[in-house]
Amino acid sequence: MNFGVVIFPGTWSDCDFHYVIGEVLHQPVRYVWHRDANLADFDCLILPGGFSYGDYLRAGAVAGRSPVVEALPEFTARGGLVLGSCNGFQILCEARLLPGALMRNECLQYRCQSTYLLVENPETSFTRAMRPGQVLKMPISHGEGKYHADAETLRRLWAKNQIVFRYCTEDGRVAKEANPNGSLDNIAGIINEEGTVLGLMPHPERAAEAAVGGTDGTLILHSILGTLVEDGSFLKR
Amino acid sequence: MRARVLVRLKPSILDAQGVTVKRALAGLGFSEVQDVRVGKVVDVELDGLGPDEARRRVDEMCARLLCNPVIETFTVELLTDTR
Repeated sequence: MNFGVVIFPGTWSDCDFHYVIGEVLHQPVRYVWHRDANLADFDCLILPGGFSYGDYLRAGAVAGRSPVVEALPEFTARGGLVLGSCNGFQILCEARLLPGALMRNECLQYRCQSTYLLVENPETSFTRAMRPGQVLKMPISHGEGKYHADAETLRRLWAKNQIVFRYCTEDGRVAKEANPNGSLDNIAGIINEEGTVLGLMPHPERAAEAAVGGTDGTLILHSILGTLVEDGSFLKR
Repeated sequence: MRARVLVRLKPSILDAQGVTVKRALAGLGFSEVQDVRVGKVVDVELDGLGPDEARRRVDEMCARLLCNPVIETFTVELLTDTR
């Protein structure tokens, strides 16, 4: 299974994702430069966290119009999966590949801390290794992670089970005190209607080894792997 | 030709920066301040376009990059070249 980790000017979690996929999951992984729109070799693309283009204009705005991102609809149409974490989530929203927007944290502070996530939908290609209602521990590190969508979009997200992760307390209660950034309905991660693109603010790549505080992040990568193997489209590539 | 794009958060969106600036102004004694909204100005220099075409192009720039319609609105003003 071939993973690609996309690098924009200012990306910072690329090495972490590359390490986790290569050394923890033992899967083939390569870096993809943001100007490269040829994605024929890949089964899954990762848009890592960071500050692409210095967050100029809006977080993810410039990267959201780059050649690699513009090639994503074609990539997912032929069975590819896309995971965006942190800045990657912001980029996917800016590119309109996911609905809504990520805004300045309500507290106006940069938040770098551990969070708990309630798995709202364990039946996606990115969450199938999880149990319904499971609580995951993953760190966040962002200043602009407050998820916003208009009322109609939010209603549709709920109706179609597109809300995948919500910030919660350690015992799984979705509560205001567990919301680190003021996100609407404590939303931490969503998926597109087709189920091919997942964005989340937390960092799964920073929760991939027990030595650094937990392995819950690997559940996402193991889910992706399971989906791709079962799907078998890599055999036809 | 120069175009001045004013990008603002939609009125329905909480402007956390604006709220903070308002609080700071109140702290400085400006007790008359009722509300503060923070926006951004993007000045775009254009070459070789008439006013109608310039407006059309800048509208397109806003739709494609300068403004995020989920949370923002924009206005475009064409400036005569006084600098």
